[in-house]
Amino acid sequence: MIEGQPLIDFGWIAGHLESIGQRIIQHLQLTIVPLVLGIVISMILAIWAVRQRRAYGPITAITGLLYTIPSLAAFAVLRPITGLSLLTALIPLTTYTLLILFRNFVAGFVAVPADVLEAAEGMGYTRRERLLRVELPLAVPLMIAGVRLASVTTIGLATVAAVLGDTFGGLGQLITEGIQNFFPTKYLLGAALSVVLAFAADYLFVRFERLVTPWAHARAGGR
Amino acid sequence: MQDIVNFFLDPTHWQGDTGIPNRLLEHLVISGAAILAATLIAIPIGLYIGHTNRGAGLAINLANIGRAVPSYAMMVIPLPFTLSLAPVLGYSPTFGLNFLPVFLAMTFLAIPPLLVSTYAGLRSVDRDLVEAGRGMGLRERQILNGIELPLASSIIIGGFRTATLQVIATATIGAILAGGGLGRFIFDGLNQGLAGRASIYAGAILVSALAIGVDLVLALVQRRLTPIALRTTATRGRRGSARLPSGDDGAELPASA
Repeated sequence: MIEGQPLIDFGWIAGHLESIGQRIIQHLQLTIVPLVLGIVISMILAIWAVRQRRAYGPITAITGLLYTIPSLAAFAVLRPITGLSLLTALIPLTTYTLLILFRNFVAGFVAVPADVLEAAEGMGYTRRERLLRVELPLAVPLMIAGVRLASVTTIGLATVAAVLGDTFGGLGQLITEGIQNFFPTKYLLGAALSVVLAFAADYLFVRFERLVTPWAHARAGGR
Repeated sequence: MQDIVNFFLDPTHWQGDTGIPNRLLEHLVISGAAILAATLIAIPIGLYIGHTNRGAGLAINLANIGRAVPSYAMMVIPLPFTLSLAPVLGYSPTFGLNFLPVFLAMTFLAIPPLLVSTYAGLRSVDRDLVEAGRGMGLRERQILNGIELPLASSIIIGGFRTATLQVIATATIGAILAGGGLGRFIFDGLNQGLAGRASIYAGAILVSALAIGVDLVLALVQRRLTPIALRTTATRGRRGSARLPSGDDGAELPASA
């Protein structure tokens, strides 16, 4: 910090609203694309693991190993390979969602009582119908809990991606530029906005879960 | 590939302040300090709310808030204060730039998984056992030390694992504030353009090996601490023949690393 400089320069913020908005949009892209990819991949893996239980152990081991690698290392390793393309950020961000999503998706399916499955079978549901009309709706609360956690995680990790360069943008870029220029307004703004974004995503999924599974909260008096 | 091997074979990379041993030491010192501080704060609080079940809602909500804060954001938020307090409290500005904010962020981030797992561990203990202990005339402290802690220890270590993983990863990012640690190899490499490739890869390999190695050691400790009766069901579940695990609400996963 330079002597006599105010901690937050509101004039600067007011004058840069457009570029700040741009960073927020970039950050949302860095979050939403990996999240959607992660959900698709994890759903396929989860359905597979529920049917072939032998697959569960190896899938958890591999996604767990990917999860253990510090994010900065993953981004850095990919940069010389995929260059400064968005892929460098999107690949690790996607793989980091897999462990959380896969585990919660499987847990969601497993939480469906065997009686219910048998009843569905007795009613003449095919395997596909049973999956779509019985298993998925009942698995939803745990699945959304997983997506909620994965979204918050991805928002946090996306800030780290900015360390690799301007191409990746996002709110982390505001933090990095602010640090490099000794300009607290910029890095504090980037930090504050990323925290706000994480909380907003968390809150949004809590609301969403209540919206799509009203039965889960009806007894608790709309808790 | 060859340049990465050469990086490790180069004797100058094994000595001095910028060598691998010193960077590793820096990484371990800041990580260890943060884990220690977080443990000293989180475990007693977790034991208290787990044993008494008092204030659980508040503590878990606070821990959830802590979990949502991105680690990179967390280390720059205290930065203006750690810098401006340097002359007041008499520590060096460098310490206020690259040790203190990163240390504070890591401590803050390690508290939620430790607190939640300690609480969840104690609550997982069969209440009948606690009542039996009380009936036998054990004091509250004896119940905690003799019944609850041994049965909860593997879950608590699970939270410790998560916290450690997060701290090691955050220490890597912390090197951007001109600090030490293994992340420096990555940042130094990134600043050198094409020539920095070997340094980037060496840093990534070292820090991943550290994270995976520490996690494996803690996984072994966790297995050891799991009561034998619980251990057999866990192994059976892992083989996948009996049942799949019941999943988690994320209690043991960090927000971001």
